[in-house]
Amino acid sequence: MSEQGLEQRNQRTVRKLVLGAIAMFGFAFAMVPIYDVICDITGLNGKTSSTAADGAVELDEDRLITVQFVTVSGEGMVWDFKPQVRSIKVHPGEITQVNFTVKNPADSTIIGQAIPSVTPGLAAPHLLKTQCFCFNNQTLAAGGEAEMPMIFYLDPALPKHINTVTLSYTMFDVTERVMANEDKLAAR
Amino acid sequence: MTAVAAHTDHHDDHHHAPHGLKRWLFSTNHKDIGTLYLWFSFAMFMVGGLMALVIRAELMYPGLQVVDPEFFNQMTTVHGLVMVFGAVMPATVGLANWMIPLMIGAPDMALPRMNNWSFWILPFAFTILISAVLMSAFGEGNPSAPNFGWTFYAPLSTKYGPASTDLFILSVHMMGISSIMGAINVIVTVLNMRAPGMTMMKMPLFVWTWLITAFLLVAVMPVLAGAVTMMLTDRHFGTSFFSAAGGGDPVLFQHIFWFFGHPEVYIMILPSFGIVSAIIPTFARKHLFGYASMVYATASIALLSFVVWAHHMFTVGMPLAGTLFFMYMTMLISVPTGVKVFNWVATMWRGSITFELPMKWALAFVVLFTCGGLSGLMLAMTPVDFQYHDTYFVVAHFHYVLVSGAIFSIFAAAYYWLPKWSGVMPNTFLGELHFWNSLLSVNLLFFPMHFVGLAGMPRRYADYALQFADYNYWVSIGAFWFGLSQILFVIVCVLCAMKKGQKAPAAPWEGAEGLEWTVPSPAPFHTFDTPPVVK
Repeated sequence: MSEQGLEQRNQRTVRKLVLGAIAMFGFAFAMVPIYDVICDITGLNGKTSSTAADGAVELDEDRLITVQFVTVSGEGMVWDFKPQVRSIKVHPGEITQVNFTVKNPADSTIIGQAIPSVTPGLAAPHLLKTQCFCFNNQTLAAGGEAEMPMIFYLDPALPKHINTVTLSYTMFDVTERVMANEDKLAAR
Repeated sequence: MTAVAAHTDHHDDHHHAPHGLKRWLFSTNHKDIGTLYLWFSFAMFMVGGLMALVIRAELMYPGLQVVDPEFFNQMTTVHGLVMVFGAVMPATVGLANWMIPLMIGAPDMALPRMNNWSFWILPFAFTILISAVLMSAFGEGNPSAPNFGWTFYAPLSTKYGPASTDLFILSVHMMGISSIMGAINVIVTVLNMRAPGMTMMKMPLFVWTWLITAFLLVAVMPVLAGAVTMMLTDRHFGTSFFSAAGGGDPVLFQHIFWFFGHPEVYIMILPSFGIVSAIIPTFARKHLFGYASMVYATASIALLSFVVWAHHMFTVGMPLAGTLFFMYMTMLISVPTGVKVFNWVATMWRGSITFELPMKWALAFVVLFTCGGLSGLMLAMTPVDFQYHDTYFVVAHFHYVLVSGAIFSIFAAAYYWLPKWSGVMPNTFLGELHFWNSLLSVNLLFFPMHFVGLAGMPRRYADYALQFADYNYWVSIGAFWFGLSQILFVIVCVLCAMKKGQKAPAAPWEGAEGLEWTVPSPAPFHTFDTPPVVK
């Protein structure tokens, strides 16, 4: 084998391997949407859909499911954020409204974003919302107070062994993040 | 396995070889770069070891005595990073640099300049990382070094990470680039530079295991680079890959990290399998039992390593189907691993075994690695993993496979090939002392961790409940004993480097086969300029 031939073969192998490495770097980023899609389909991470459901569903009066509501504040969030009822019993397919109250004790305007999480995770794709304060971020002026509605129903396809569903909301302070985005838009 | 035609050549080009600092800085010679890698990894092993001793000093007695918990966390973090990326990985790359060209009859690595670069990135990467620790220990205001564990889970490393997290990110990027370049070099060398007649299925198993390791490196080091890049943009550029507030998910981090992390485990252990597969046949004076099955077993371990990552995260709340899949896949890995252990034992069966130093280390490897493998099988079971998760049982498991596994095999390799590298036999008396002290102390150090782990002692805390006190006392004694024993190895290596000792012949081990034993000891600066003919 000639020296020239070896050099060329080496270069060809190197090129393939470098491309492979770059592709795997890309794959790391591709895992982000792949993860979201898989979680969306399977409800693995307990996230509920962030878009409104149409509400067309049959009522299943044979089952009665307990739905519990939990609220948590993200780090540094000062809002007083509570569900008006901690727990209710609903039939699958029954459209129900629950209200959450929120108070801003700070002396500045704060923008909050609630992130839902459902336990058990398998119930997440079956908890559907026609309206939710978590679909958008919420703005409260200093000392402001609000009542935020959430309208939901449970899909009758909810696995038979699930009798209790816990819906948890974590309220994050996204004021800086939103302001930064608005500044960017204004600058354009 | 490989019969070699007589190969004699004399080189008088030694006087062209550069001397002094320039020789090492600008070296493109695979042997020099191999030596640099080996000394560097040894230095990192000592640095990481010192950090381990700080940890064990703190844990010797319950309560806080030596360091505050904040610094303790930095020690566990940087100890893990230094040992994984600074000690074990560069040591195996050093062995690959030295031995692969000699084993396949190539004059050098395929890409010598890149080889130089991939080594010289490492000292800079680790200077950056360790500078964070030095600033934390001695700097004004003691700014924290990375303190989130070597697995750097988000949001601990993103939202709550100290400022030095950015040093860590830069350093990991550099280590990754170094590893990828090293891996590409190995693959190109093995695929294109083999001597005539050296077919793939005639290659020594060390070359095979390193080839497969190199493919794993090219596949997963970029994923690690992706993970730290996402951390960087989350920290400074307003993205929310791992931040729930912005629509991301912290659990995603664990998936990306362990997609890298599990193959990484095999990156550290596969070269060890190759080393042991070279040493046991030599001292059993038999051919390796089941050569082809060894190759296929290594390849299947590598492939399976891509579909087991979530066994590190059974407790995040996966559905039953997910845990079952990852549990079965993990258990499946014990089949090819079992094939290997079986083959090593079968190689020794009815062999004329002698117990020279490399063989002692290799045998200790087989027994203790298997011990670590068995605790791995226990951890693979989802229901019991809920009890073992993040306890000292896990710490015991991965130290058995990494210290008495990977590092023992690297010692075995050093004692086996030091005559070839230095031209003198390693000092047997010191070597025996090093072996027996390490063997006894490593078990005193890690075995009791199983018990405290099963009893519920969590890892990564600077303090513990009183009932764990006695075991931790003995574990710390074992740690200091093991650490001090390594000074013997420093002396062995320095003596060899100073050419003090019995002169080694070209083939110092009676039963050894392979091209590396056909060149003189020490191996001349240039070897196989004319390729040997392998029959």
